Amino acid sequence: MSSRDYILKAIAANRPPAQPLPEIDLSMVTAPADLLESFRTVLGNIGAATVLLSSVEELGAELAEARAQGLRVINLVPGAGEIDPVDPSAEASLLEDIDITCLSGSICVAENGAIWVPERFMGNRLLPFICTRLMLVVERANIVGTMHDAYGRIEAFAEGFGAFIAGPSKTADIEQSLVIGAHGAKGLTVYII
Amino acid sequence: MKTLTHAAAAEVFNQDAERTRWHDETLWFVRQKRDRAAQNLPEWETLRSWASQIKDHTLSRLDEYLSEFERNALANGVKVHWAVDAADHNRIIHEIIRSNGISRMVKSKSMLTEECGLNEYLHEKGIEVIDTDLGERIVQLRHEPPSHIVLPAIHLKREDVSETFHEHLHTEKGNYDPQYLTEAARLHLRERFVAAELAITGVNFAIAETGGFVVCTNEGNADMGAHAARVHIACMGFEKIIPKAEHLGVFLRLLARSATGQPVTTYNSHFKQPLPGREMHIVIVDNGRSRQLGRADFRNSLKCIRCGACFNTCPVYRRSGGHSYHTAVAGPIGSILTPNLDMRKHADLPFASTLCGSCTNVCPVKIDIHDQLWKWRQVLAEEGHVSASKRLSMKVAAFVLSRPGLYRTAGRIGRAVLKTMPWLAENRWNPWSKARSLPTPPAESFREWYLRNRKS
Repeated sequence: MSSRDYILKAIAANRPPAQPLPEIDLSMVTAPADLLESFRTVLGNIGAATVLLSSVEELGAELAEARAQGLRVINLVPGAGEIDPVDPSAEASLLEDIDITCLSGSICVAENGAIWVPERFMGNRLLPFICTRLMLVVERANIVGTMHDAYGRIEAFAEGFGAFIAGPSKTADIEQSLVIGAHGAKGLTVYII
Repeated sequence: MKTLTHAAAAEVFNQDAERTRWHDETLWFVRQKRDRAAQNLPEWETLRSWASQIKDHTLSRLDEYLSEFERNALANGVKVHWAVDAADHNRIIHEIIRSNGISRMVKSKSMLTEECGLNEYLHEKGIEVIDTDLGERIVQLRHEPPSHIVLPAIHLKREDVSETFHEHLHTEKGNYDPQYLTEAARLHLRERFVAAELAITGVNFAIAETGGFVVCTNEGNADMGAHAARVHIACMGFEKIIPKAEHLGVFLRLLARSATGQPVTTYNSHFKQPLPGREMHIVIVDNGRSRQLGRADFRNSLKCIRCGACFNTCPVYRRSGGHSYHTAVAGPIGSILTPNLDMRKHADLPFASTLCGSCTNVCPVKIDIHDQLWKWRQVLAEEGHVSASKRLSMKVAAFVLSRPGLYRTAGRIGRAVLKTMPWLAENRWNPWSKARSLPTPPAESFREWYLRNRKS
C-alpha cells in the first residue's frame, strides 16, 4: 500500500463522529468605528508610516527624487512616474540591491494594518520582500474592518501567490527586544489615496 | 548521553536563579501582551469557539479534506508527497534534494522538521541546511535545539547571542546591541538566500478547497527563501488542513494575537502555484497523528495551531525552560502530543504541570490541555510508565484515603509531628520543603471543628 493510501485509511478508521461547521455570523464581529484612523494607528504601532495623498501623481516626484539620489527604485504603480520593467523570473541576485519597491496594494484591514498584495501587483514575487524600503499605494475606499471582511473582498487563491503584508519585517528573537528589519523590508510607507 | 527527566533538567535550569527569574518574567510579559490583544476584541470568545468548531469539523472529515486538498494542489502544478513517519519525511526531502542535484538550501521555521529530525538526518548525508529564522539560526550555530516553538532562542541572553555571533559571524566582541546583532544576521543570511537553490518552509494552514497554503512569519524569511530558490518544499502535519479560505479570517485573527500579542503576523503568504520552470512540493506527514486521532481523549490536541500561548502562560514552562522537555515541541501542548509518539520516552512530561488550567484558558482553539495532561497520567500509570516510588506512594495514599478512621489517625499524627518534630517533615529529603516552609499545623482538623460547632 502506498503511504498515501495507508495514511488516508488510518484516518478514515480513526476519525471522530461527524461535527458540523460553525456558522460564521459576522454580526458578532466588531469592526473599528473609524476605519481610516484605526488603519493608520495600527500601522504606526507596528512600525510603518502612513501618508495621505490626494492623488498618486504626488508620489511621482518623491520617486524621481530618490532616483536622482542614485537609489535603485522599482515602481509598478501607474501614475507614480516611470514604470520599471520587471522580469517575474528574475533571480534574487539581480534584485538584492533594490532600495525602494513601490507597489499597489489591494484590500486594507483596519483592525491590523494588513494590506493584500496579489502577485499581479508584485511583478516578481521577491520584490515586496527583498527591497530595503517598501512603499505600498492603497485606496482609502479599500479599507475594510476585519480579516473576515478582507477575505470576503479578495479571492485569496486566484493567483499563484499573494500576501497580506502588515508593516516592515521585524524580529524580537534576541531577548525579546524588537528590531525592525530582519530579512524583509526595513521600512514600510503606506500611501493612502 | 542519557536524557534527563523534566524534573531533573528543570533542577539544573533553576541553578541559575537570576536567569530563571528573567525567563519567567519575559514569558509572562508575552502572555500579558496576548491578554491585551485578546481583550481588545469583544468577540474573542466567539472567535475561539469558531476556530475550535472548524477544527473539530475538519478532524471529523480529515481524509476527505486531505484528498480534496491533494486534488487541487496537483491541479495547481504542485507535487504532493505523503509521509507515514519521520523517516519517510526525511527520505522524501533527501530524494528531492538529490534528484535536483542541490547543495545550497535554506529553511524557515518548521516545527515538523524539528519533530522529524530533518537537519540531523541531512547532516549525516553530508548536506547542510541553513535555518533562517533569526532565533533558529542562533540556536543552530550553538548546536542547540529551539526551546520554544515561536521564540526559539528565548532561553538565551543577548550576551550569549553576541558571543555566538562573534565566533561564527565575526561580529565585534562585546557588542550586545540587538539591533547590531540582527543586522549582522541579516547580512549573513542575505548571502544564503540569494545563493539558495532550494527552500524548505513549514505550513500554517492548508486550504482544502483551493489546494493552496499559508505561511506566516514576522521576519520575511519564508518568502525570501521560497521565492529565491528554484525548488520550494513545504512540510505539513496533516492536521494543518482547513476547509475554506474564508476560515483563514478566523485563524489569522487568533494566531498572532495568541502568540505574541501582535494584531497579525507581518507576512501572511498565500502560496498556490510555482512559477514556470520552478518546483513546489508539499509533504503531508502523519508520524503518529492518525494514532492520536483514534484516541478519543487526546485527538483534540490535533487542533493545535502552534501559537505557543500555552507555553507563555505555563508556570512550569516559564520556570523550567524549553530544553527541560527534551522534545521538539515543549510546553503543555508538547506534553500531550509527545507521549503519543513514544510513551516510555516522554512519560515524565504529563507530570510537568500543576494542572492549573491556564493553558486551556488561553488556547485559541480550545484544546482541553490540562484535562489531557491529567488523562495521560492515568494512561501512563496503567501502562506501567511511572516510577516505582510514585506508584507505591499513590497506593499508600489510596489505602489511607479510603479508610476514614485511618485517615483521621494519620492526620492527628501528622499535626503532632509538624508541631513537635518539624525536622521530620522539613528536611533535604522532602522535595516539598524545598524553597518553602511547611505551614504551622492547626490545633484540630476541620472535622473536629465541625463536630464541635454543630453540636453547640
